[in-house]
Amino acid sequence: MSLLSLSLLIWLGSLLAGLLGSLTGLGGGVVVVPLLALAFHVNLRYAAGASLLSVIATSSGAAAAYVREGWTNVRLGMLLEVATTVGALAGAATAALVPTAAVAVIFGLLLLFAAAGSLRRPPAGADAAPDRLAAALRLGGTYPGASGPVTYGVRRVPGGFALMLAAGWLSGLLGVGSGALKVVAMDDVMRVPFKVSTTTSNFMIGVTAAASVGIYLSRGWLEPRLAAPVVLGVLPGALLGARLLPRMRSRVLRAVFAVAVAVLAGEMILHGFTGRL
Amino acid sequence: MALRNDERMDWLLSGILRVGVIAASALVLCGEILHLARHGGARPDFGSLGENLPGLAGMAQLARESPGRGLVELGLLVLVATPVARVAFSVLAFAARRDWTYVAVTLLVLALLGASLATSRSPAGEARPAQPAASAPGPAPPAESASAIRARTSSRSAAAAPGP
Repeated sequence: MSLLSLSLLIWLGSLLAGLLGSLTGLGGGVVVVPLLALAFHVNLRYAAGASLLSVIATSSGAAAAYVREGWTNVRLGMLLEVATTVGALAGAATAALVPTAAVAVIFGLLLLFAAAGSLRRPPAGADAAPDRLAAALRLGGTYPGASGPVTYGVRRVPGGFALMLAAGWLSGLLGVGSGALKVVAMDDVMRVPFKVSTTTSNFMIGVTAAASVGIYLSRGWLEPRLAAPVVLGVLPGALLGARLLPRMRSRVLRAVFAVAVAVLAGEMILHGFTGRL
Repeated sequence: MALRNDERMDWLLSGILRVGVIAASALVLCGEILHLARHGGARPDFGSLGENLPGLAGMAQLARESPGRGLVELGLLVLVATPVARVAFSVLAFAARRDWTYVAVTLLVLALLGASLATSRSPAGEARPAQPAASAPGPAPPAESASAIRARTSSRSAAAAPGP
């Protein structure tokens, strides 16, 4: 296939990936990497590199809207970014040691985990009392409710911080934003309301991905001819998602993303085990 | 002064992200159109690694081959600089509100980003600026962590360069 038609197809796929990634708070990476690897037979390192760049675009583009609307908890995001950047540096630095077949299987397992987690999760109590550490760090916040701002507290900071280290490591290794793990860390462990979790996760993803990019660049894993259509597709998709999010109910959101990622997960694991990646 | 207001800080922060993303995507779009107009008929193989020289030196070499690709690369660098600029802005915003705990937290994130971007200099050790936005407002990343990571990655990339 010529570069022109390949670029156009990748652009179209990335547009859909950006939309899904933005609505779920996962970032476009979890859809773009399998898309490039499975449909276009792109090397997994190049796919991860292009995805990292698209993830920065998704995060920054959508976060610009969420922050202004008051969903994002900037303090919480900044604190947890310490963990995700440390993890991302470690992940990108160790990526070369992990064979691509193993990367594909780990990727699939992360996707399955994300899909399962989204179905299993009970709705978090928005009125959860903050614990002492969270109160000392002033991590609580408010989000725009139907009748004015709703106040919420944050709990179990060390547990959330530890999960963020893992999320960062996976981000550097797989070239994704690890939004699934970030949302679980904030929603399940720290008891942050779901939409605050997804938007704060989105806010953090760009910084996490930027931490990995330097190392990917030093290895020659960034291919601008791939990154260009991926970034240009993911961006409008993500911005559209940011527009739609306030009108979508959390349950619809979870079902959509569970089904989509479960299919991709199976494909990635299958290809990893058969050594076709 | 103005930064003491939470809403105003959010508004400025959001503006930085918006401007960075718009500038980056405009550069990438122009570059991509230019590149495809000239090289759209090429049949590149993205299935295997090894075509690209690592680091900024490799990017500079590709830019010399095709001006369109150079523009794309410039746009991608602006894109990467966007979250870095956002973190740098947050340092100033927290400092303006005398929120020293979060100034420290944000400086730590900035230092970690600097450490990563410092590795993207060419492996040959050629002195090239890593990321202008990373070093502008905040302090330089701790030398020991940056050099440690650089040493680690260069030895590993030497061992694993050909890929799978």
